[in-house]
Amino acid sequence: MSDIKDLSIYIHIPFCLKKCFYCDFNSYPYLDMVDDYLDALFFEIRRYKDLKRPIKTLYIGGGTPTVLNEKRLYQLIDTLYKNFKIIKDAEFTVEANPETMTKEKIKVLKRTGVNRLSLGLQTYDDELLKVLGRIHNVKKFEQAFFEAKELGFENINVDLIFGIPGQTKEKFENELKKLIKLEPTHISCYSLSLEEGTVLYEEKKRGAIKLPDEDEERCMYHTAKKLLEKEGYVHYEISNFAKPGKECRHNITYWKCEEYLGFGAGAHSFIGNLRFSNKRGIREYIESLYNRDSIRYDEIHILNIEEKMSEFMFMGLRMLKGVSKDEFKSRFNRDIKEIFSIQIEQLKEQGLIFEDDQSIGLTTKGLDFANLVFMEFIK
Amino acid sequence: MPIPQERIRNFCIIAHIDHGKSTLADRLLEYTGTISQREMKEQILDRMDIERERGITIKAQAVRMIYKAEDGLEYLLNLIDTPGHVDFNYEVSRSLAACEGALLVVDATQGIEAQTLANTYLALEHNLEIIPVINKIDLPSAHPEEVKKEIEEVIGLPADDALLISAKEGIGIKEVLEAVVKRIPSPKGSEEEPLRALIFDSLYDSYKGAIAFVRVMEGNIKPGQTIKMMSTGKTFLVTEVGIFSPDMASTDCLRAGEVGYVVAGIKNVKDTRVGDTITDAERPAQNPLPGYKKAVPMVFAGMYPADGEDYEKLKEALEKLQLNDAALYFEPETSAALGFGFRCGFLGLLHMEIIQERLEREYGINMITTAPSVVYKIKRTDGEEIMVDNPTNFPDPSKIEYIEEPYVEAQIMLPTEYVGPVMELCQDKRGIFKDMQYINEKRVILRYHMPLLEIIYDFFDQLKSRTRGYASLDYEFIGYFKSDLCKVDILVNGEVVDALSFIVHKDKAYYRARQIVEKLKEVIPRQLFEIPIQAAIGGRIIARENIKALRKNVLAKCYGGDVTRKKKLLEKQKEGKKRMKQFGKVEIPQEAFMSVLKME
Repeated sequence: MSDIKDLSIYIHIPFCLKKCFYCDFNSYPYLDMVDDYLDALFFEIRRYKDLKRPIKTLYIGGGTPTVLNEKRLYQLIDTLYKNFKIIKDAEFTVEANPETMTKEKIKVLKRTGVNRLSLGLQTYDDELLKVLGRIHNVKKFEQAFFEAKELGFENINVDLIFGIPGQTKEKFENELKKLIKLEPTHISCYSLSLEEGTVLYEEKKRGAIKLPDEDEERCMYHTAKKLLEKEGYVHYEISNFAKPGKECRHNITYWKCEEYLGFGAGAHSFIGNLRFSNKRGIREYIESLYNRDSIRYDEIHILNIEEKMSEFMFMGLRMLKGVSKDEFKSRFNRDIKEIFSIQIEQLKEQGLIFEDDQSIGLTTKGLDFANLVFMEFIK
Repeated sequence: MPIPQERIRNFCIIAHIDHGKSTLADRLLEYTGTISQREMKEQILDRMDIERERGITIKAQAVRMIYKAEDGLEYLLNLIDTPGHVDFNYEVSRSLAACEGALLVVDATQGIEAQTLANTYLALEHNLEIIPVINKIDLPSAHPEEVKKEIEEVIGLPADDALLISAKEGIGIKEVLEAVVKRIPSPKGSEEEPLRALIFDSLYDSYKGAIAFVRVMEGNIKPGQTIKMMSTGKTFLVTEVGIFSPDMASTDCLRAGEVGYVVAGIKNVKDTRVGDTITDAERPAQNPLPGYKKAVPMVFAGMYPADGEDYEKLKEALEKLQLNDAALYFEPETSAALGFGFRCGFLGLLHMEIIQERLEREYGINMITTAPSVVYKIKRTDGEEIMVDNPTNFPDPSKIEYIEEPYVEAQIMLPTEYVGPVMELCQDKRGIFKDMQYINEKRVILRYHMPLLEIIYDFFDQLKSRTRGYASLDYEFIGYFKSDLCKVDILVNGEVVDALSFIVHKDKAYYRARQIVEKLKEVIPRQLFEIPIQAAIGGRIIARENIKALRKNVLAKCYGGDVTRKKKLLEKQKEGKKRMKQFGKVEIPQEAFMSVLKME
């Protein structure tokens, strides 16, 4: 069986107690739909019960998976074990909002083999948490973090956001130092981006809030990089830092353009040369599963070889070690320099990327202008 | 059995934009059963998309209706549509020359506008019978009595028997048709005389070639006949004649007094010039019909493909547009900044915008259009006189004896309360006050002599904004006059971008230069390094701004496995980049070139 390629699995739980002010992810505060949704989700998962490919990573994300009660959480994970061939040392992540964490839930997760938690802290500052519209405070986060550790979770990611209205680089540095003291194995550090349709976007539009200026924002980013690297974290993707060996294998699947299946509303899958995604709305998703006449997917895109090469580049370059020239050659049977020589030379000249014997990757300057780099690999 | 000449009526509609010309035309077509409601796309006479969107007519069209009048007889009515914009004044005059009468449509809520006034005077010059029609009487704000008074006092036409209608509601349509029959004279030309037919429009058809839209004044025209264009002497063999009902339908003959089309294997619309006279090659008329003018482009701009590879595509597109638009002029030109492109000549700014839009929309060409320019007459110190339509070709200041620029007489109609701000605007635009005439206690006509350059810059926008849209403008070329002008160059990152150079009056050079560098600072996106933007006269810098270096452009978020979303974001950015042109190290978006002229 070893010649069958392995696979990653993503499960989407599109529910939250309340929508955060910056969030444009696929999630809704309609908890009365949870039961119907899970039935449909289990139904979708069971369709794949004959899948022979071993599963190397699982990721339950959202929304907030931990809005589910212990019983529901157990049922969900149990369904996964019953239907998929999960390898022994698979990475199994569940996202959690501190406010929805209880000892009981943590115990269920631990017992069912979840080995990585991803906690949404976002900012180590109660005032700024309010600005973001988060439902928890710093204390609740600390409590959840320590309980998880006590109950045996050693691999924990904490999400942070910087560039929040009212945040200064000094404040952010302090937040970061507090977090480092807790020694999480992984820290995701995102620059706040205001997406259309979010509360913060509207507030910005009518001038009610002001973001830190770009110089300050970049300063925060590079402070994080310096500080975390000093503390032994590896900066391995634009927004991600990990203790050696604790890099998120699931997300790396995306960045390396390896295959994955997504289940649940709006979940994306990538198999062979097909990218497809489920219906985004909860009702539409449920309907799409039970009703044979309805359209099953929001989008289906067949990638040609150019698109595959393009994706390999702009996804792969997110990782700081860059894309491997050998890997490119073995995947596409072509030399990377033969396909993208102009782009590579130009970007090197601009100081945005480096090239060595093995790989091509972003420079420190390139980290600030990654889109300019990615763009060059798009038609 | 053809309808005899005494029962033919040829007429047009004179109206300001939005005063309801197209709606009235639709109602007339409907009432006479020329076209059913179902067939009617909204406003059938305006055929081009752009026209429909802008609510204006660019090309004249014609349509033939059969109307059974109250006297029990059938009449043949030809409605000739006229373009509704000042850029197309000459076309209007030719359409009018093809008619014996005109419906003067005035909005009962708005009153007469400058354009209407100008066209009415044109119609009076052509001895047209004018029937005043007051439209939109169904609206609560209608004040028909005041509008009648305006018609009498401003135009000097009796308005007692003006028709009160609502084209939208279909009120008074029959009365309009009866008035056309009773008040407009029938055509008079004799069928026995040698052929004289006036070309009032033309259309290019890929199968039939250039089709001339004509009004036969005398004689007749039929297939098999050899015709001669009186302005060029070229001859063609007629293969088809026909009428508009409203689509083209062939007939056996077009007789004196009739309106229709002529197909004669004419390869180029340049041979069917608007205003030209068609005669019989074997029995030619002594004299052509009066009033023929060759269309002269007044406004020039460079058009360059954003992607150099599109040069051929742009050339072909311009050639195709020219097939249908004899007034469009173009010749190849090279710019140090923009590469290979074309110098194009237009009747006016609107004409230019229309061509630009059609090239982008219908031919999918990404283009950069330079700031429009007029044609300058330059007397050089060596005594030679040159005409320059491109700032790039301006001689060195030391070699210029003097410069002359084209002037127009502008006629502006506006409510009295805005006279102050508008006079200020005109003065600011170097206008020379000529005359002010009260239409009534609420409205006036201002007449100014003004450089055309100022008009094409942003005069109309400013006029609209200073009068809350209540002013209307008409202008006419009056001649060349000496002016104290200079050329301002724009330097981006130390290099002159020739396409951004402009000509300006010396008194305004600093102000305009400031405006432009500030505007460019806004529209040129920040790049990886700091970019100075400077304006210079000769070697002297007169304004400067710096564009700070870009600090970040990075998508931090992951969006899970949603690669498509990331890709779309990047594609959008890339699209923006594609619309930019590389100048040395700097990328300049196309909008920058247009923004140089559009400023508040």
